[in-house]
Amino acid sequence: MLAFKFAYKNLIGAGLRTWLNVSVLSFAFVVIVFYNGMLDGWNRQGRSDTVAWETGNGQYWHPLYDRYDPFSLQDAHAAITSEAEKLVKENQLTPMLITQATAYPQGRMLNVMLRGIDPNQKILLIPSASLNPQNGEIPALIGKRMAESAHLKKGDHVLIRWRDINGTFDAREVLIIDIFKSNVPTVDVNQVYIPLTTLQEMTGMKKEATLLVAAATLNNTGIKGWAFKDTKFLLKDFDEMINAKKGGSRILYLLLLSIALLAIFDTQVLSIFRRQKEIGTYIALGMTRAQVIRLFTVEGSAHSILALILGSLYGIPLMLFINNYGIPMPKSADQAGVAISEKIIPFYSFGMLVSTILLVVISATIVSYFPTRRISKMKPTDALKGKIQ
Amino acid sequence: MRNFEIIKIENLAKRFHMGEGDFTALRDINLTFSKGEFTGLVGPSGSGKTTLLNIIGSLDNPTEGKAIVLGNSVSELTHKQSAVLRNFHIGFIFQTYNLLPVYTVFDNVEFALLLQKHSATERQKMVMEALDWVGLADKANSKPAQLSGGECQRVSIARAMVKRPEIVLADEPSANLDATNSHHIIQTMKKLNRELNTTFIFATHDEKVMQYLDRIIHLKDGMVEKDEIMPELKTKSHVSL
Repeated sequence: MLAFKFAYKNLIGAGLRTWLNVSVLSFAFVVIVFYNGMLDGWNRQGRSDTVAWETGNGQYWHPLYDRYDPFSLQDAHAAITSEAEKLVKENQLTPMLITQATAYPQGRMLNVMLRGIDPNQKILLIPSASLNPQNGEIPALIGKRMAESAHLKKGDHVLIRWRDINGTFDAREVLIIDIFKSNVPTVDVNQVYIPLTTLQEMTGMKKEATLLVAAATLNNTGIKGWAFKDTKFLLKDFDEMINAKKGGSRILYLLLLSIALLAIFDTQVLSIFRRQKEIGTYIALGMTRAQVIRLFTVEGSAHSILALILGSLYGIPLMLFINNYGIPMPKSADQAGVAISEKIIPFYSFGMLVSTILLVVISATIVSYFPTRRISKMKPTDALKGKIQ
Repeated sequence: MRNFEIIKIENLAKRFHMGEGDFTALRDINLTFSKGEFTGLVGPSGSGKTTLLNIIGSLDNPTEGKAIVLGNSVSELTHKQSAVLRNFHIGFIFQTYNLLPVYTVFDNVEFALLLQKHSATERQKMVMEALDWVGLADKANSKPAQLSGGECQRVSIARAMVKRPEIVLADEPSANLDATNSHHIIQTMKKLNRELNTTFIFATHDEKVMQYLDRIIHLKDGMVEKDEIMPELKTKSHVSL
């Protein structure tokens, strides 16, 4: 407590030098919190969008289904069991049949995934309700990205070719009934949604599905013949991407933090060099060397406390303002291939704030301590004379 | 008032490494100091006055011999024990005052009491009393930069005296002061010496200081050349030499 009292007085007494160090450190602190908050906000939004649009609360996969291997689709389908059928009727599950296909928009060729989805499903946000029979035409739903890349618009017809259960090619025109907008590119890019029963008929896979998407209310009870994949597994790619981004951002904020810490280190070295007489006086007045070391260490690390206070003074209003309006993402972000909203609302978790505060305080304490070790080697008589040691 | 022996120096020598050889700052020093003395170590620069004060103040150790201060052999004390000895029993007054510039006068005087863990009420009372002794109670909230040299030295005296130490070591306390201020601060110390029976040991070559001393120890080339008891002291105390 004594060290804190003395350190506070010395710091305030040091004037401009203290405030320069504190300003730089507070800037590093605010940037770290903001950057992490932005990534966490993106993470939260991205995860919740992916769950809402693509994964649901987990999925039951056909054992042969591999989302990275389109060739597995040929065999990865099976009849929906009565047990699963019951859950489908209770809106706890929605089946999806997936097959490879080729689309020919305006005579060009495009590999797509043809997804059969129940028009009455309420589990995913895909607006499948628009997939109603259209006078004998096959209604198809595509996303905005797919529409842009294939130059398709609502009301267009596009030829689709696929292989049925026997491997025979067949082709038909589908009507683009609607174009939806989603933050999750994997439900959009090269995906064509048609009614489940239509696809089952087209492929000869009657009452079959590739996977079953679970509703949030469904607890995994296990369905015989289907492998349950939880959201942790399904969001693995997204999590890895966020972690990679966090790794990259760490370089930026470690650089910033290093600059701030270097300033503190420099101040400490200068302090111990310039304040030898003061150190000698402390010892003459009855402080032990350990107490003097503690005093200088606390003084150095107190920069971080002042930086946290200063950073909060301008950082909190700034972050509240940003949270009100969000951070708009550039249009090109849409093509990034990852779930990203038009605006990211940063999210500042308690854990992130505590860990950032600890990072700043602990690192400031460490860089403050190292120069003070010189004090233990100082002769008090020489220190009192202000002799360079 | 009992004037018992509080410092005993036996066959003390101090050598410093200087380049390839040694420099002998003190040799064959045998002295005793009693409670309540007002003594000066007098001699030219380099005669060993400050070195002897530093050893008595447990800021340095003798190379040979013993310095026993309040029953503690200085060379046998740990860093922590030395700090306790200085904090509770020894006050220092420096030529350049050594006040802590960012602290107020009150804070500077309070410092030693904080280390002794006195309560806030006690500290307030003791600091104001010490500032009263030196006539600076009205400057308690001033910073050292706002004071004259004489006032700074009086703060330094208050800081040394506030904890009521048995011994005060003053290294050239009047060297940076004009004649009026020199007389004033020495008179202040003399008064405290009489009222509180504190032992004062000065390192000085200031004639103005010498006229107030009860005992003058002349040092030359690191040795005691002469140990004089001034006439007044001979009649009123028992000094062991």
